[in-house]
Amino acid sequence: MRRPSNVPSNDTISMKRFFKIYLEKPELAGLVFLAILTIVFQARSGGVFLNGVNLQGILGLLPEVALVAMGVTLLMICGEFDLSVGSVFALTPMSMAVLLEAGWPFLPAISVGLFVAMAVGFVNGVLTVKFAIPSFITTLGMLFVARSLTVVISGGFPPLLPLNVIPKWLFVTYVGPGDMFRVSFIWFVVIAVGMTLLLSRTNFGNWVRATGGFLPAAKSMGIPTKRVKIACFMICSLLAGFAGTLQVMRLGAPLPSIGEGLELQAVAAAVIGGTALTGGIGTILGGIIGATLIRVIDNGLVLSQVDANWFKMALGALTVFAVILNAWLRKKAKSIKVETGK
Amino acid sequence: MNSDPIIQVKNLHKWYSGVHALKDVTLDFRRNETVGLVGDNGAGKSTLINLLSGMQSPTEGEIFFEGNKVSFKGPADAMEAGIETIYQYNSMVPTMSIARNMFIGREPMKYSIGGIGILDTKKMAVESVQAIADVDLHLRSPDALVGELSGGQRQGVAIARAMHFKSKVMILDEPTNHLAVKETQKVLGFIKSLKTIGIPGIFISHNIHHVFECCDRMVAMARGEVVLNKRVEDTNMTEILEVL
Ligand SMILES: Nc1ncnc2c1ncn2[C@@H]1O[C@H](COP(=O)(O)OP(=O)(O)OP(=O)(O)O)[C@@H](O)[C@H]1O
Ligand SMILES: [Mg+2]
Repeated sequence: MRRPSNVPSNDTISMKRFFKIYLEKPELAGLVFLAILTIVFQARSGGVFLNGVNLQGILGLLPEVALVAMGVTLLMICGEFDLSVGSVFALTPMSMAVLLEAGWPFLPAISVGLFVAMAVGFVNGVLTVKFAIPSFITTLGMLFVARSLTVVISGGFPPLLPLNVIPKWLFVTYVGPGDMFRVSFIWFVVIAVGMTLLLSRTNFGNWVRATGGFLPAAKSMGIPTKRVKIACFMICSLLAGFAGTLQVMRLGAPLPSIGEGLELQAVAAAVIGGTALTGGIGTILGGIIGATLIRVIDNGLVLSQVDANWFKMALGALTVFAVILNAWLRKKAKSIKVETGK
Repeated sequence: MNSDPIIQVKNLHKWYSGVHALKDVTLDFRRNETVGLVGDNGAGKSTLINLLSGMQSPTEGEIFFEGNKVSFKGPADAMEAGIETIYQYNSMVPTMSIARNMFIGREPMKYSIGGIGILDTKKMAVESVQAIADVDLHLRSPDALVGELSGGQRQGVAIARAMHFKSKVMILDEPTNHLAVKETQKVLGFIKSLKTIGIPGIFISHNIHHVFECCDRMVAMARGEVVLNKRVEDTNMTEILEVL
């Protein structure tokens, strides 16, 4: 190791290290928020927040939002948006429910549902890359189309889920010490690990980051950027559809209105978790942390006996604050160049 | 070293919806020459490079690589054949590390199914450190983000990448753009060194002094056509400025 001649003070070194860590782990700010809020809510609720029953409530709902947030995060890292996830969240289980009602067995029915989700993602992706239009627009259109389809196929009356054919033990039954979480939570953990590995440890993940980070460079290095984007749209849609299916199995009835507004919560989760709107930066863990924060705020406000209408206000403020903070940190971090030996 | 052409282009035309950007270009790039490509803005230099590097395909005409006719479907094909291109804009992703950038699209993998697989991150780190050292660049860590590097350092990493993949031809489209004097000198030094290691180069620049300094042959383009093609010793600055 060569020492630079003008040794910087300890202060600037630790600042540098801080910014560097931040650049590599953009989800850190979200994690800090989460820790602070947990402490605040725990104190304000007189210890109720972290008790078993309440945690059970948070963890039971978390997989549904977090799965959607993960997909949206992946897609945002790839440089695209998906506003149709909330509608896919409803369309997928509705497709399944209609087929179940028609007497189909469970496995083919859920397969068709998930296939519909992937098909929606495929259409989103193909329209976006082939016609070079902003995904904001294509998926905004799809938001209405998929929601409308959901209502149409439900025939106005939501079909009843034939509960006897659904393997509840595989999706929604409580498990774990003190029935802490549902089986859906295990699905969520497994998928989260898989998605994290996909993004950070595979060549596909490298291509996703390159495509969202700087498209011309990715193209010039021979990456099939269009196919990478379409794949991300499909993964995102699939996760949203699966999340919706989990929710419907938990509730026992497929309402055509579920998931409304979820697309924006998912974007908020991604952004709070450090995903850059410009693409290329972000982590799956960040999306999960963002989703957790949203659930925690929702739950914590209720426990603190704050008027529930403050939830959206808090969510909105946090989102904007997170973006400003991230932009500021990134600018700071950028202004620090690495030193070269000579 | 022989003077066979490594790349030949014959009667190449390129139209961009109404713009005739390349008009009947016929050229040989020889194995023992570094070619300097000069011309005004919009002369068609980058267009020619895009056809050679597989970024675009010609409207008309043929490209031969090592004597065989080729039609690249994309940059990956050209890279596979051995043509490495360092583009006018930076061909690095600033939000990714040096090691990741080195291997974009050509990642070493521990195992893979259907082209998708688990990265060999160790190999990526080791080889990128080696590749960077090979071009005499000193960077602290392969994990530094490319966005933190100076323009010259980035260009150095791009060059290191091209070298690492054992290119047969190296194309550099205005690699000294936006570089300070010292960093420019480094890049020029590298271009000169290509000859000693036996890799033919194609060097595009608006600075004719630089081209004279590094190249064996001058090719001047104007309005999509080749207007001059001579060994450097057979031409001079005045002649080139005249034809442009
Ligand atoms: N993708 C494109 N679509 C449409 N026209 C293009 C495209 N690329 C280049 N052109 C046009 O083709 C002509 C040649 O452009 P080219 O980029 O090859 O010039 P150049 O010699 O590289 O110039 P410079 O020195 O400014 O880089 C110009 O008229 C340009 O406007
Ligand atoms: Mg150009």
